[in-house]
Amino acid sequence: MSATPTGFGPRLKSLMSQQYAWGIIALLLLLAVDVIKDPSYLAISVNPTTGNLSGNLIDILRQSAPVLMIAVGMTLVVATRGIDLSVGSVMAVSGAVSMQFLASAPNTPGSAVAALAMGLGLSLVLGLLNGVLVAWVGLQPFITTLVMMLAGRGIARVITGGQNTSANNDTFRWIANGTVFGFPVVFLIAALVVAAVAVLVRRTALGTFIEALGINPKASRLIGIRPGGLLVSVYALSALLAGLGGVFATASVMTVEVSRTGLNSELDAILAVVVGGTSLAGGKFSLTGTVVGALLITTLDKTIVFLSIPSAATPAFKAIVIVAVCLLQSERARGWIRGRRAGRGQAQRPTPPSPAPSPTSPDAAAEAHAAAAGTKATAGDAGTDNDQKAVNA
Amino acid sequence: MAGKEPVVEMAGITVEFPGVRALDSVGLRLWPGEGHTIMGENGAGKSTLIKALTGVYKVDAGSITVAGKPTRFSGPGDAQRSGISTVYQEVNLCENLSIGENVMLGNESRGAFGIKWAKTHDRARLVLQELGLGHLDPRAPLSSLSLALQQLVAIARSIVSNTRVLILDEPTSSLDANEVEVLFGVMRTLRDKGVAILFVSHFLDQVYAISDRLTVLRNGTFVGEYLTAEISRSELIAQMIGKDLSGLKDLERAATVEAGAGREEFARLDGVGAKGSIEPTTLSLNKGEVLGFAGLLGSGRTELARLITGADRADSGTITIEGRPVKLRTPDAAIAQRIAYTSENRRDEGIIGDLSVRENLVLAVQAKRGWLRRISSREADELVSLYIERLNVRPADPERPIKNLSGGNQQKVVLGRWLATEPELLVLDEPTRGIDIGAKAEISEVILELARKGLSVVFISSELEEVVRLSDRIAVLRDHRLIADLENGPDVNVEAIVKTIAEEDAA
Repeated sequence: MSATPTGFGPRLKSLMSQQYAWGIIALLLLLAVDVIKDPSYLAISVNPTTGNLSGNLIDILRQSAPVLMIAVGMTLVVATRGIDLSVGSVMAVSGAVSMQFLASAPNTPGSAVAALAMGLGLSLVLGLLNGVLVAWVGLQPFITTLVMMLAGRGIARVITGGQNTSANNDTFRWIANGTVFGFPVVFLIAALVVAAVAVLVRRTALGTFIEALGINPKASRLIGIRPGGLLVSVYALSALLAGLGGVFATASVMTVEVSRTGLNSELDAILAVVVGGTSLAGGKFSLTGTVVGALLITTLDKTIVFLSIPSAATPAFKAIVIVAVCLLQSERARGWIRGRRAGRGQAQRPTPPSPAPSPTSPDAAAEAHAAAAGTKATAGDAGTDNDQKAVNA
Repeated sequence: MAGKEPVVEMAGITVEFPGVRALDSVGLRLWPGEGHTIMGENGAGKSTLIKALTGVYKVDAGSITVAGKPTRFSGPGDAQRSGISTVYQEVNLCENLSIGENVMLGNESRGAFGIKWAKTHDRARLVLQELGLGHLDPRAPLSSLSLALQQLVAIARSIVSNTRVLILDEPTSSLDANEVEVLFGVMRTLRDKGVAILFVSHFLDQVYAISDRLTVLRNGTFVGEYLTAEISRSELIAQMIGKDLSGLKDLERAATVEAGAGREEFARLDGVGAKGSIEPTTLSLNKGEVLGFAGLLGSGRTELARLITGADRADSGTITIEGRPVKLRTPDAAIAQRIAYTSENRRDEGIIGDLSVRENLVLAVQAKRGWLRRISSREADELVSLYIERLNVRPADPERPIKNLSGGNQQKVVLGRWLATEPELLVLDEPTRGIDIGAKAEISEVILELARKGLSVVFISSELEEVVRLSDRIAVLRDHRLIADLENGPDVNVEAIVKTIAEEDAA
């Protein structure tokens, strides 16, 4: 996005100006807490016979794969001003259809591929349905995907006849539990998929179109961007990735729990997106931020278990950490905390050319400030139109 | 005026934004019962000064005295409690509430059981009547009103509380002549009641019609305070831009008036219309010609433009482009026919605010090319530097988010975005609204140059002078209907067009 700075200092500075910097800090803090409890927490050991890496960090990578998948899809949906609440249910559908198929199929790599294709195929269909309802029928994304969230879990139940179907297939299990070069296969697949999506949106104009559509749909249409196809693709991709996440989640235990697989996963995905610095209002998005967010959430889940926090208090603990990260990301909240410390009066210092609550593009705003230093004439230019917005905000 | 104490006195006001000084020791004095205008180009610091007064921005140096007492407001609400109300250029109202609720927001009549809605709406009706808006139903939703009426409602809202100073920041940019008259009537009434009126506008006629005193700013510095009666227009413009008038000669140049017969047709409309917005219209658009649409606000000029450009769908008639009938159902279909359209609503339908100038500039070319073939950064650099230079976009920083540019410069970027697609027909809806005189001159110059190169241009403006100055041909619209198609010439002037509109009125 911005010019790449060289040297460690400037690099660190540009990293810190990113919205997700606080996510990284929170991630490091959580790991630090774990290390305090157990100094060998971060140790990674190599199994001498298999060459497999093992350790808590590897576990985090492995466990983060499903949420990483749905969070990446969610990022793009959110960027178009939408939301996809159905991803958790789509995970269940995808897991259900693959398990149901494998339960009666021979234990061969061929059946695993067929199961994968069926899981992903059905997910894609559900995603297309979401997309068509949003883009062409004009239903609200929230309602459309809420309905799909309810329907999806029903479909999963119908597929398995209400049972928690288990199956046995070595290839399919390998997806979740296997390793390549010592790394979990599931993490490598997830990393590849994230990289592929990143290339898809950033090396083509797709990412810019999605951002333009999210920032100003009317203007985007007049520019000639066709919103229909774009929206359908985004919802389809989200569901496809959710389907893959469902495969990850079920393959590790080779069982689909129709009422639990993917339950509340959509919320984890939304949290990962928000922690990653993509505004729920749509517009600019950051896939890197989302990856940080997904890793943070997985680490958080793992830390909760590790610290043996009572399971009853788990959701509250999770909420507290997320709220803290979100508050730290908000310039306004940071200013308020600073103001408190420095004494009152400083607190209300306004920061005009970019109004405080713009969680979308802090780096761009920073550039604007730097550029504004140029001449006085330009300074005024920046002031006029923008102060209008400062008032609105 | 002499002898009275100013109700507001600002002195030595300095406002600094990170890295820049937006206002440098600027003063302003407002007397009760006086109309006062702040003049200056876009970016001179007019809005900043108003926001320094109302406490939106922190004042780094200087003093503000209100009614003799040194004051610092903590925000617009605080200022309003002291009787200083502000109405902004962009309507800041809640579309989903009723007219009355908007007018009375924060000043509702309360009783033992909370808000008394009946009484609140009655009071809203009284306030509206005071503004000559008695015909509006306070219970109707605000969204049912035109933008212009919404602006008047915003003014009604600002005078509900006991106002001593009314600040109007470009209130007229979306109003037509009649509505401006209504507004000025209200302003005069308030002024005669002793309210100090602070007005910001780019329209010189309006400034002279309504203000007693002027404060001129330039680049964030104070140029001078003048009595309106004592400064001529040309002097005033010279003070604003800081040079003599030679730079403005482009504004005086008439369009290249030639015999219209020789021009080749680019597009032709045959009975093109849409129910409820524009009656079937037959019109030809010629190459190398600026076709002006003249008419009052709501006459159908924007609606017609939107049919030509695929922004809205026509339900009758055919459009022929270079002899081939085409269907323009969506903007991208029109763009494929090399038709470009800049909307009158720059903020909502023009700029993509959070994206950079660079991204905004190349977006239309990119959309035309499709998402797969991303414009290389070298190609983008070339386009961006070409149009930033050609249209004189300031600041010439392509990485800055477009929302941080002034209105005039945003408009230039939007224009550049379309020029980059190399259109054959350029439809410009109010391209000069709300922008300063320098940017206006530059945009006019570009329009004429494009037409000389053979482009077909449709130019829409509420300022008839501008339409007459730039157009080779003028299509006059009234009541959603094309009523005249005039070849521009020595005998075509603003009066003639107004007469055409009025004549039809009588018939």
